[in-house]
Amino acid sequence: MPVSRGDMPKIVTRSFGVDGSNTIEGATARGAYSRVDKALAMTPAAVTDEVKKSNLRGRGGAGFPTGLKWTFIPKGSSTVYLVINADESEPGTCKDREILFWDPHLLIEGILLASYALGCHHAYIYIRGEMMREHQVLARAVADAYAKGWLGRDRPCAGGTFKIDVTVHRGAGAYICGEETALLNSLEGQRGWPRLKPPFPAVKGVWGKPTIVNNVETIANLPAIIEHGGEWFAGLGTPRSGGTRILCVSGHVAKPGVYELPMGITLREVIYDVCGGIPGGRALKGVIPGGSSMPILDPSEIDVPMEFDALMTDARIKPVQVRPGVNFDLGGGKQLRTMAGSGGVIVMDETTDMARVCWRVMKFYAHESCGQCTPCREGTGWLERITRRLAAGEGRPGDVELCESIAAGIAGNTICPLGDAAAWPMLAFATKFRGELQSKIKEANGVAKVPAATVAG
Amino acid sequence: MPLAFSDSTLKQIADLRARYPDAQAACMPVLHLAQDEFGHLGDDAIHLVAETLDLPDAHVYGVVTFYTMFRREPSGKNVLRVCTNVSCMITGGYDVLARVCKRLGIQPGQKTADGLFSLVEEECLAACADAPATVCGQKYYLRLDTPAKVDAMLDELARVPEQERVAPFWKAG
Ligand SMILES: Cc1cc2nc3c(=O)[nH]c(=O)nc-3n(C[C@H](O)[C@H](O)[C@H](O)COP(=O)(O)O)c2cc1C
Ligand code: SF4
Ligand code: FES
Repeated sequence: MPVSRGDMPKIVTRSFGVDGSNTIEGATARGAYSRVDKALAMTPAAVTDEVKKSNLRGRGGAGFPTGLKWTFIPKGSSTVYLVINADESEPGTCKDREILFWDPHLLIEGILLASYALGCHHAYIYIRGEMMREHQVLARAVADAYAKGWLGRDRPCAGGTFKIDVTVHRGAGAYICGEETALLNSLEGQRGWPRLKPPFPAVKGVWGKPTIVNNVETIANLPAIIEHGGEWFAGLGTPRSGGTRILCVSGHVAKPGVYELPMGITLREVIYDVCGGIPGGRALKGVIPGGSSMPILDPSEIDVPMEFDALMTDARIKPVQVRPGVNFDLGGGKQLRTMAGSGGVIVMDETTDMARVCWRVMKFYAHESCGQCTPCREGTGWLERITRRLAAGEGRPGDVELCESIAAGIAGNTICPLGDAAAWPMLAFATKFRGELQSKIKEANGVAKVPAATVAG
Repeated sequence: MPLAFSDSTLKQIADLRARYPDAQAACMPVLHLAQDEFGHLGDDAIHLVAETLDLPDAHVYGVVTFYTMFRREPSGKNVLRVCTNVSCMITGGYDVLARVCKRLGIQPGQKTADGLFSLVEEECLAACADAPATVCGQKYYLRLDTPAKVDAMLDELARVPEQERVAPFWKAG
């Protein structure tokens, strides 16, 4: 069934490109804070229920149901923290920065609503250090929200009064601080080292207190959920994923951009309808569907809906292999295919050198590994070095197999998922572009060059 | 003379301190303020931050050395960050980097002799839909898909030295 795009409401992108939308006057004129009184007239549990009903799933990468996550806060906790993950640094992802710049008050309103539901009285926004422009916009927005009394002041609510403080905390350059437990350590003024889980942050988070970490886009959806109801939001999406789908499309398309689309849209529609196809009429070679941590897809796999569950389970996407013929098992017999991740779609046409892309992805994770666990620290370093020589045409026989065995040794054996984030794409490149990687080795060893079109898969 | 914070920075530190349940949590924000005020975080600045927040020097040193934006050495007036991650790479990010290197006569991680530029090869800047991208302080330069656009960026930055520690237009308190 073709997805109709015309009637999709714009929820978190509605102010993108609108001058003045990021000032408190501009935002208020566009409805900012108009949902606060409605939420405060409800009980906190009723707000959480609406979020549960909405089927809102986390937009930070894992797609975890937001309402369900909130219920993990132990009953009767006296101090609860809400921490907003505004560290956006997953390669290919450029949506949170736009939300922070164009609609900071939508985020602050969402923080008010979430904090009320969670019983939180001080929320922290952890913003990536490099985002200096967005930090200034956000800092001003928070100051204005204080000045207008939305923050820092008692407001009447269902159970008496409610008051919330919001503090913007700047990172200082470390991709790993996007991982929620590293982020909490960083917020505590330490090195950004991920923590062992459990305990999960909802039980023992920042300063030892129950903490909910949510992504910017996740929280920016809350005002619409309160305004129109959870059922309305759920109805926009697919059966288990409510709302719209923000995709950041980059690379070889005629119209790259950040688009708010139906959950069920396919990659083919995104590339050829929404983004105007590939320039010069060139052929598609591969697509990373959700930030560089996610396994790459080849052109035969782009008819799957870009929705959380379909991307993980649809049989049209080939399982990623640990080595030829042996599929990667995510546990419980579930095979790794790909994931929705952060919505960062990177489109690559036929001219793209996949060995070089693979190397650049590995270089990133090797650079960003925090060094705490040996498989990740050593493994990402080796993957970077081997793929570098492959990309340079200096590969040695057995290099692809070596990369596979290193990646298989990292996956699942580390403190935090950064190790997987390097291993999974490596395995996917070796599964789907094996022929191209191998041809680099043959080239290096003086054997006739294999035409680039001979890619496995 | 030992380093000291200005009065206005001390006031900001006091405000910041009140926003966190303990002093250690104020460490990163105070380091940002120190770097803004002194230009970089030498041993004396690290000691000053440690003393101000009553933390061990070693803790503050550990924090400074973990994060790439904290500098142990003075930087150029313009810290230009050129992204070469995948979206930028496949749309010409390494060409941008090569041209910048050639024009400035430096490699990533270096500073020009006139002190005008420091160059950083940066990971994804969250501007991928406008790749290839760079950022300098608060200013983004997007879709740098021709050498002329790279040259125009460098000329503009050389004309108007925009320091990484651009004066914030909003301050606490
Ligand atoms: C290495 C790594 C980097 C991450 N980076 C980010 C990030 O930049 N922004 C983000 O929101 N989530 C990031 N995440 C996911 C967070 O750990 C966390 O799941 C998320 O912020 C939860 O919010 P959500 O439930 O609203 O998605 C990252 C995870 C890992 C493992
Ligand atoms: S997996 Fe990598 S980034 Fe994560 S804790 Fe271990 S070494 Fe650090
Ligand atoms: S890859 Fe360059 S900005 Fe994202």
